[in-house]
Amino acid sequence: MRSPTRLTVVLLAILLLLALFPLFGEKFYVQLAAKVMIMAIFAMSLDLLVGYTGLISLGHAAFFGLSGYVLARFAPQYAAPSLWTSLPLALGACAIFAAVTGLLVLRTSGVYFIMVTLAFAQMLFFVFHDTPLGGGSDGIYLYAKPEVKLGEVALLDLEDNQVFYWFVLGLMAAVYLFLRYVLASNFGRALVGIKTNEHRMRALGYSSFRYKLANYMLSGTLAGLAGYLAAMQFGFVNPEILSWHTSGGVLVMVILGGMGTLHGAVLGAFVFILLQESLSNQAWFGPLAKHWQLALGLFIIAVALLLPRGLAGLAQWRNRHG
Amino acid sequence: MAETVLRAEHLTKRFGGLAAVNDVSLELCLGQVHALIGPNGAGKSTLTNLLSGDLAPTSGHIHYAGLDLAGLAPERISRLGIGRSYQKTNIFLPFSVFENCRLAAQSRRQRPWRLFNSALGFGDVNAAATEALDVVGLGGRREVKASALSHGEQRQLEIAMCLATRPQVLLLDEPLAGMGPQESQTIIALIQRLSASHAVMLIEHDMDAVFAVAHRLTVMVNGEVLASGTAEEVRASPIVQQAYLGDEHGALDV
Repeated sequence: MRSPTRLTVVLLAILLLLALFPLFGEKFYVQLAAKVMIMAIFAMSLDLLVGYTGLISLGHAAFFGLSGYVLARFAPQYAAPSLWTSLPLALGACAIFAAVTGLLVLRTSGVYFIMVTLAFAQMLFFVFHDTPLGGGSDGIYLYAKPEVKLGEVALLDLEDNQVFYWFVLGLMAAVYLFLRYVLASNFGRALVGIKTNEHRMRALGYSSFRYKLANYMLSGTLAGLAGYLAAMQFGFVNPEILSWHTSGGVLVMVILGGMGTLHGAVLGAFVFILLQESLSNQAWFGPLAKHWQLALGLFIIAVALLLPRGLAGLAQWRNRHG
Repeated sequence: MAETVLRAEHLTKRFGGLAAVNDVSLELCLGQVHALIGPNGAGKSTLTNLLSGDLAPTSGHIHYAGLDLAGLAPERISRLGIGRSYQKTNIFLPFSVFENCRLAAQSRRQRPWRLFNSALGFGDVNAAATEALDVVGLGGRREVKASALSHGEQRQLEIAMCLATRPQVLLLDEPLAGMGPQESQTIIALIQRLSASHAVMLIEHDMDAVFAVAHRLTVMVNGEVLASGTAEEVRASPIVQQAYLGDEHGALDV
């Protein structure tokens, strides 16, 4: 094994720092960090497809948004929904949507896969934008966060800023560990084999389609978890969360951080959102802040040119050259 | 008489107007090597692709284990016990030698929904992989990355991966391609050993190798069977000599 201990130590240190952050961080930053971690879950789910199976999806927002809309539709008008029922419902909807669309999109590859995933996401966008199901372009408000109760006892008060933060942090860590474990399994090895040489995998007797479908469903379901948390945090859903901007953003996070590493996706989410927030901060950049997209774009281009393995590749780069 | 395990009947594959394989019938028997020879473009690799399911035949049947394999998916055919090696080395370069074989062996126990089965947990999968490496003589190289192997060793690994799936029928597409004489000898001896317990189809340009191991030969030209029979029969056939083998010693005329 290649020194797993150092990576583990670094990850544990980061986890500890993140866990302590709400104790001294301002409310605004605690909320921002929770948002970043939600996007990190979203980015990891996409990394499963892009980094581990070589399937580049430009429609991953479909799952993110679908899950949010399911939560919003399921929630009673002014009371809190139960997490125990709303979360499985939202994730189940994503898994089913992934199974149905996966049967079709996974028959394509390359640029066609990009186009077909985009098409399905756009379809969903218009379903929620233009039918009574979704509340139009204004979306739907969620007046209360889901309750986590055991009998009559509230286990977690997710309305509390710090509790919500720790809840999200715990889920992000759990998703990371879960995926590490899954990718080290037979399933994970077969996925990498399919990415490397699908033709040969089939000649060896692998039903590569079944593996890709299982992976697509897993990926969509985890994206749904991120979407559920995001809808919960913002307190409303609108068609923007289903748009191709959202799909494109998360794809950039994965590429920026480094594909096929998982922690790269997390890193990409942190850097992308923190840059977005700081570059558009008028107190720091004055009139330039209006043009934050230009600066962010230049940064992304620089990373793409200089770090083909993304930010996660920096560590290896230093090992080799320094 | 050896037991016939695979019988192809009147196989034809057309690409538009071109019949790459035209009405070819052939039998593979347990314990025998059936060599397929012919100039480049004769349709040998296309025929292999039809048998392995990489291509679906335009018409014809492939009888195996009471089934007609014609048009079945390659993964299905592989799981039924027909393994193939590729003319162009087709291994997983980033993986270790053992990983390549383990991945091949693991294909016999597929459970994509069981996400938690550790990749190193299965004793029988590891045993099949180890056995396949020992058979081809790569037992001492198991931890080496496949990309670091010599060309000859990569060809051996190619065969080992095929063996790790424990097939009954072996389709070997030019296993000696690009090998030195010494390495070739190793592989020829290997094929001889394997033929005792497998039905082997061998595509090969090296005529010395072919006549050393083949029990039966089929000569293909322009997608059609020119002659078929035992090595002696084919060697003696005037049509074959005239059309293809050149002199009596059997130097290849391409």
